[in-house]
Amino acid sequence: MSAELKALRGSAAIAGAATFGCGEAPGFTDMELLARAARAAVADAGLEMRDIDGLCTASASAAMWSLPVVEYLGLNPRYIDGTMLGGSSFIAHLLPAMQAIRSGQCNAVLICYGSAQRSAAFGRREIVAARRFLDPQPYEHPYEPMLPVSAYALAASRHMHEFGTTREQLADVAVAARAWAALNPEAFMREPLTRGEVLGARMVSDPLTVRDCCLVTDGAGACVLVSAERARDLPKQPVYVLGNATAVWNRQISSMADLTVTAASQSGREAFAMAGLAPKDMDVVQLYDAFTINTLLFLEDLGFCPKGEGGRFVADGAIAPGGRLAVNTNGGGLSCVHPGMYGIFALIEAVRQLRGECGERQVKNAHTALAHGNGGTLSSQATAILGTAEALR
Amino acid sequence: MNDHEIGVQAFHQRELDAGRFLLQRCGGCGRHIYYPRESCPHCGGAALEWKVPGGLGTVHAVTTVRRKPADGGDLNLSLVELDEGVRLMSRIENLAPEAVRIGQRVRARVQVQDGRGLVLFDAVEGAVR
Repeated sequence: MSAELKALRGSAAIAGAATFGCGEAPGFTDMELLARAARAAVADAGLEMRDIDGLCTASASAAMWSLPVVEYLGLNPRYIDGTMLGGSSFIAHLLPAMQAIRSGQCNAVLICYGSAQRSAAFGRREIVAARRFLDPQPYEHPYEPMLPVSAYALAASRHMHEFGTTREQLADVAVAARAWAALNPEAFMREPLTRGEVLGARMVSDPLTVRDCCLVTDGAGACVLVSAERARDLPKQPVYVLGNATAVWNRQISSMADLTVTAASQSGREAFAMAGLAPKDMDVVQLYDAFTINTLLFLEDLGFCPKGEGGRFVADGAIAPGGRLAVNTNGGGLSCVHPGMYGIFALIEAVRQLRGECGERQVKNAHTALAHGNGGTLSSQATAILGTAEALR
Repeated sequence: MNDHEIGVQAFHQRELDAGRFLLQRCGGCGRHIYYPRESCPHCGGAALEWKVPGGLGTVHAVTTVRRKPADGGDLNLSLVELDEGVRLMSRIENLAPEAVRIGQRVRARVQVQDGRGLVLFDAVEGAVR
């Protein structure tokens, strides 16, 4: 790792963070949701919208999404990153933004996303049809996979085959997420969930039932990134970005070299190296749980347990409240919020934990956090290591 | 074998439409490639040759896409690893979806429907690996 990259460790901090419309927000457009979250995040940072001179955003439908966001918010950004890697995008946006801040290109970067996926009139069937036309996968689509879930189901089948992972262990991921969600007033599904209910739910793409799959909700999230020096003069406790890395190895599940090893093994290794920290140093962990298999794969690939041990690692409440590792403390994409792309929400929950804002679900003395984003069908992986002032030293 | 007047995707599909399933093999590094590319994703080489695969492979991963009968009913979706070392998405046609297992040996065939060719597989006897 270059000295320049290592010097970026802790050079920027998240000074503002906010969500809006998580769950159901009928009557709002994607942009309106985004704008509400953006306004709240900027206010949370103690700044005005005119202070924002950098923008990172992405949309699952609009190819030139940065343009209408600039227009709608009335921004004049000197730095724009519209890189679209799927749900990992907003975590992947951090490192280039840190470089832009360090170089003086800009001072305050707004990272933002909004989606009315649940309430939008434009239905799921139309979106699937439009994507197949605009973004063809001629070697997969003819076989009628139900994407994305079938791709994750294929990976799960392989993990079960190679390592003896069980459907019960996968179910325990959903049960743990729900137990955290019960402690989070913002979570969409909070009623108790049992292992039996996950196993007995409607099968979608074997071995994954509907309860192994993330929610489809509305929601928006936004963060404001500034230099570490500036963050110390702003009202909220700075959350420093200690490490960040992104890796992409493939797009299609049929092109994934090993269905049980994701590019998170690379993004995680590089993010930890930049931070000078290790998995054992993490107080809270936010993983993009689009499906229950994700949590297992990322716990393994990020180094929290050996490859193949994910199922045993999560079993019997080990990642639920009071377990050995606090994972997805907001309830995750499985039980809290999942408006098409979840990465920004993993990041925001990490920020809230490090600030001590999490009420009943607060992890005591949390000084370090990992936020991991996934995009496509196990395709793009972005890992961020965050910390309080205590972790910066 | 290739017609350099068209891209590899169109060429490959044209061959499938005529009932022929072809892979590429890199003249530089010797590895097989699927799906067809304009250059080798392993070594960057451009000397790619078309090859007729042996046709045998093994189910590497499997799922059943659960669909309502009105939408066509349950459907097998598999990733098949050909003996040449490449993997592709397909489905196993001569087994019920729930009967397809990882390790099942399968043989490729091309189904041509409405003039369009598609690679499908049938289970064959042999050791389940």
